[in-house]
Amino acid sequence: MRIEVDIRKTLRSNGREFTLDVKFACDDELGVVFGPSGAGKSLTLRAIAGLEKPDYGRIVMGGKVLFDSVAGINVRANERAIGYLFQDYALFPHLNVEENIGFGVRRWWERKPPVDAARRVAELLDLFELRGLNKAYPAQLSGGQRQRVALARALIRRPDLLLLDEPFAALDPLLRGRMRAELVAMRAMFKVPMLAITHDPEDVSVLAETVVVMIQGRVEKVVDVKAAPYRDGEGRVSEGLIRELLTGMDKAGPPPLPRKTIRAVK
Amino acid sequence: MMTSQEVLVPLLLTLKVAGWATLLATLLGIAIAFAVARLRFPGREVLDAMMTLPMVMPPTVLGYYLLVLVGRRGVIGEWLYDNLGISLVFTWQGAVLAAAVVAFPLVYKAARAAFEGVERQYEQAARVLGKSELEVFLRVTLPLAWRGILAGAMLAFARAMGEFGATLMVAGSLPGRTQTLSIAVYEAVQAGKDDVANFLVIVTSIVCISILLASGRLLQPRYAS
Repeated sequence: MRIEVDIRKTLRSNGREFTLDVKFACDDELGVVFGPSGAGKSLTLRAIAGLEKPDYGRIVMGGKVLFDSVAGINVRANERAIGYLFQDYALFPHLNVEENIGFGVRRWWERKPPVDAARRVAELLDLFELRGLNKAYPAQLSGGQRQRVALARALIRRPDLLLLDEPFAALDPLLRGRMRAELVAMRAMFKVPMLAITHDPEDVSVLAETVVVMIQGRVEKVVDVKAAPYRDGEGRVSEGLIRELLTGMDKAGPPPLPRKTIRAVK
Repeated sequence: MMTSQEVLVPLLLTLKVAGWATLLATLLGIAIAFAVARLRFPGREVLDAMMTLPMVMPPTVLGYYLLVLVGRRGVIGEWLYDNLGISLVFTWQGAVLAAAVVAFPLVYKAARAAFEGVERQYEQAARVLGKSELEVFLRVTLPLAWRGILAGAMLAFARAMGEFGATLMVAGSLPGRTQTLSIAVYEAVQAGKDDVANFLVIVTSIVCISILLASGRLLQPRYAS
């Protein structure tokens, strides 16, 4: 599925200004936006999800126009059919695991999800090895379990695209490798296109077919890492070459604007 | 000797008045607090100050304002009487209005803090999961803010139970009709009925202390990891 992003947005906070001006297209099922913190990766992802409204530009997903400032199109976040994995998962703290997963398929006037939705919740609980935890609350879960719940919650609606915001940053390093492998396996099972943002080169080598490199609000380059020289004869990722590609890219940009005080410029 | 006329009647009337006043103040408080906490509009801070005003103004001044508004000759009162035949002055409904206005800031302030304490990310997660704004409010924002709002509502109830000044201005002190606990205490002391006054004071104190303890419990953090 093709994702086209061409947006501009200026944020101002305490006299400082940040301009996001990104343009890229990604035809692959696995895209990674890579860049140092403060590069505007999160903002880009939030704009694709409809949580942030760009000042100008266009966002097209699989031929469907999600945002077009000229045509006055801005599909609401709840109508975009996009899954979003928040960096710290944003599991609803007042709902247990099974209610969190079923959240997207239960209407508010129903006390319980409809039968087929309940069956899907049960399937996902099994698939993500959360069976015994269905009545546990997010505060009682480990980092890896939280991520599985968040993934199941996003996937139950069969989204057209899954966005991942620094998917492994909240996990301890020992767990990261395992969760990366799990994510790749899940993706293969659900066949959902993914776009992840990260500042970790490891993520790039595992998750990317296309890498979009961003620095200071701009796209530095877009690289197809499916083929040589980034893969060896058996199609395995050459981590060294990807590291080389990203060398110098993760040098610190300007410090990120404090999140709470960012306000969009009208 | 005390009679039930002197004790039970004002107690029940007070519970009725404070209950309705709390309900009224809580519904309005939730609506306005949500708007102030989540929407950006000009005059937001002015609205916030206006909503807090009853907390710092003398209740008799508030009562006077209410009389000007809803009295027989008042702006709203005249319309109410001419069109619906309703007069709020010297009725228990008038006492409800007075108590609601005085108690309102307590629930409004608590609700605003509770809404502001709900992380935006949970609401955004619900939106991305396909939920309308109404559903986001009912299933995420309100349940997460609920305990704070309830604690505020309990304080408002305690405040409404003890309301004196504004109630006296609007509803007067008609035994059995508008004479609430705190007014009955005043009347009892004036009439030298110390046993009645003592009993009413103890009942009021017990109710207020219980409410404060319960609302304190509600405000303890719940979802800490």
